[in-house]
Amino acid sequence: MTPASAYPVPPRPATVYYFGTCLVDLFYPDAGLAGMDLLRREGLKVVFPQNQTCCGQPARNTGMYEEARAVARAQFKAFPNPWPIIVPSGSCAGMMRMHYPELFAGEPDQAEAEAFASRVYELTWFLVHVLDIQLKDKGEPLTVTWHGSCHSVREMGVTDEPKELLRRLSNVTLVENPREKECCGFGGTFAVRMPEVSGAMVTDKVASIEGTGAAQMVTGDCGCLMNISGAMAKSGSPVKPRHIAEFLKERTNG
Amino acid sequence: MAETAAASTFVERAHKVLGNTKLRGNFRRAMDGLMAKRAAQFADIAAWKSLRARGAAAKRRVLARLPELLEQLEANCTANGIKVHWAETTHEANSIVLKILQDHDARTIVKGKSMVSEEMHLNAFLQKHGIEAIESDLGEYIIQLAGEAPSHIVMPCIHKDKGEIAELFTRHIDGQPYTEDVAELTDAARRVLRSRFAAADAGLSGVNFAVAETGTLVLIENEGNGRLSTTLPPLHIAVMGIEKLVETLDDIPPLLSLLPRSATGQSITTYVNMITSPRKPGEKDGPQEVHLVLLDNGRSRVYADNQLRDTLRCIRCGACMNHCPVYARVGGHTYNAVYPGPIGKILTPQLDGIAVAGDLPHACTLCNACVEICPVNIPIADIMVRLRREAVHPSDSPAVMGAGCKHTATEAAVWAGWKKMYASPALYRMGAKMMQRFGNMMPGGMPLLKEWTSVRTRPVFAKKTLHELAKEQGYSDV
Ligand code: SF4
Repeated sequence: MTPASAYPVPPRPATVYYFGTCLVDLFYPDAGLAGMDLLRREGLKVVFPQNQTCCGQPARNTGMYEEARAVARAQFKAFPNPWPIIVPSGSCAGMMRMHYPELFAGEPDQAEAEAFASRVYELTWFLVHVLDIQLKDKGEPLTVTWHGSCHSVREMGVTDEPKELLRRLSNVTLVENPREKECCGFGGTFAVRMPEVSGAMVTDKVASIEGTGAAQMVTGDCGCLMNISGAMAKSGSPVKPRHIAEFLKERTNG
Repeated sequence: MAETAAASTFVERAHKVLGNTKLRGNFRRAMDGLMAKRAAQFADIAAWKSLRARGAAAKRRVLARLPELLEQLEANCTANGIKVHWAETTHEANSIVLKILQDHDARTIVKGKSMVSEEMHLNAFLQKHGIEAIESDLGEYIIQLAGEAPSHIVMPCIHKDKGEIAELFTRHIDGQPYTEDVAELTDAARRVLRSRFAAADAGLSGVNFAVAETGTLVLIENEGNGRLSTTLPPLHIAVMGIEKLVETLDDIPPLLSLLPRSATGQSITTYVNMITSPRKPGEKDGPQEVHLVLLDNGRSRVYADNQLRDTLRCIRCGACMNHCPVYARVGGHTYNAVYPGPIGKILTPQLDGIAVAGDLPHACTLCNACVEICPVNIPIADIMVRLRREAVHPSDSPAVMGAGCKHTATEAAVWAGWKKMYASPALYRMGAKMMQRFGNMMPGGMPLLKEWTSVRTRPVFAKKTLHELAKEQGYSDV
């Protein structure tokens, strides 16, 4: 398939960096690790800098630019080599790829920020366009539905890639959610600043997912995952929420 | 105790709507329908993108030299016989309109749809001075009967269902029986409005696009009421924000193609009115006098800032509202502002100041649905974040009134702490360890967690961080 994003497909590298994101690190490390394993299985050397922390998005989105820049600079230091940086989360990838240049406009390290940004790729996009990963499905027949994160879709231009991966699994049936692209109501601080509005959004989101009849919901963004899975757990939903990296690894590991 | 709308916050107002399942259902259905209609109009994505690029470029060109083009507009309108007035504030604009009306002894006016007149709160102002203004757009007429403000900029009474409208009509229109038949309701309104058109001393309208090159006022509408308000009475007053300008007539076709398709999914509106002058000798209809009031109301302040300036590209199609997941849940009145939805969230704080509308930019998840569909490609989300920044930074751009007024020592301290932890890897790893160990024991009633768990279970800290797992699994660190 042809990439929908604005940026070019890089040549297949020998080594990649992995940026785990703070939510993955603390709450979904298995999903993070699964992404690394998939890359390693494709023959890449995967480097996980222990000095990485957070992309700085929470601060930037709240208008705290200096704080966001300070944290971003720590990442520049942690990822010094010119390798691609793979991120298992569309939202953090969007922050680094799309917002670093603007966040550092006019700063002394603007060029460094831009160079860093241009190395950032969302995991599923990279798996499809750069590695063209082939997946041997070893799991039982299963129906799943996809939840696309807003930032993945509208900032990173990752629209069909994750679904393409799901389609490459022979025993998995993908059922489309007509409200797939609708925001789940997470929005970082939005969920706690406006809990009731956010609650209404995630409640509707869960209903639309259940409406598909799928047994599992797969997503590529840990903010959405935390929000939707929390709401599903609270309402006793029969649907099982998953991160795509973990899902792919599990289905193909035999 | 009942709270006044002005004193309440977005969150409090949203609470009321969220509890109203009927209203929520009305909005959701209406927005779903509008989104589907728009999508059908722009099924060819490549064509849409190139059209949008043309529309955005037209508005961008105007904004590159707005002052000069406004002068050109004034010169050309004047040459055409249209009298041009400048108003810096809404009060000035109101006074200008009043003066024109008084000069003509006008007692009643019929109004076509105009958001700028809402911005001016013109009706209330005129009423105070003994002049009756009747809204002639069906939606506007309905909310005028109800004593409400528009809840959407294109479909002002989208929050009402047939039953509510039927009830309003029986109460306010003499001899009108209760009926939910849409055709009958429309007929009733038409009967009332027709007699008003004939008797009105003046007509007032907004302007969708003013063409600098020719001094033409372009007005689009579906009901014919705009045409009646601008041709039947002997006096026509048009009010517009200074940003509603285009350079040449050639800019009109792409924008005319974008606006109704984005707004209501119509390929074009039923009427496209182009007004170039008052009635000329030998012409059978049209007003004897046409006045144009150009309103600034903070726009030139917005214009002065390179990033914020993009806000002024807006052609008021309302598509961003239709696609906003927050708007669809809470409706337009929750914003407590003339312009609701995404564009309102960035425009209102810029026009009215952060102190008044500083919470609006936070009523957004930055999902970018509005950015994706905006026909003139306004980076709404980026401007939203910029305004959040202005709210907490005392010394920034003078373009925003009240910058820094939402700055609190507590929040500053929280973010300083956040920065310290995330900018120093060693500290972060230590913090992560603590979280793993004690995070799951946090009391459920503590701030943030309490709000979060109102509809969700609490997130569970994993036993090992990815940092640790990566090390264990032999992933290299450098
Ligand atoms: S911001 Fe864009 S989508 Fe919203 S009303 Fe203006 S032109 Fe339409």
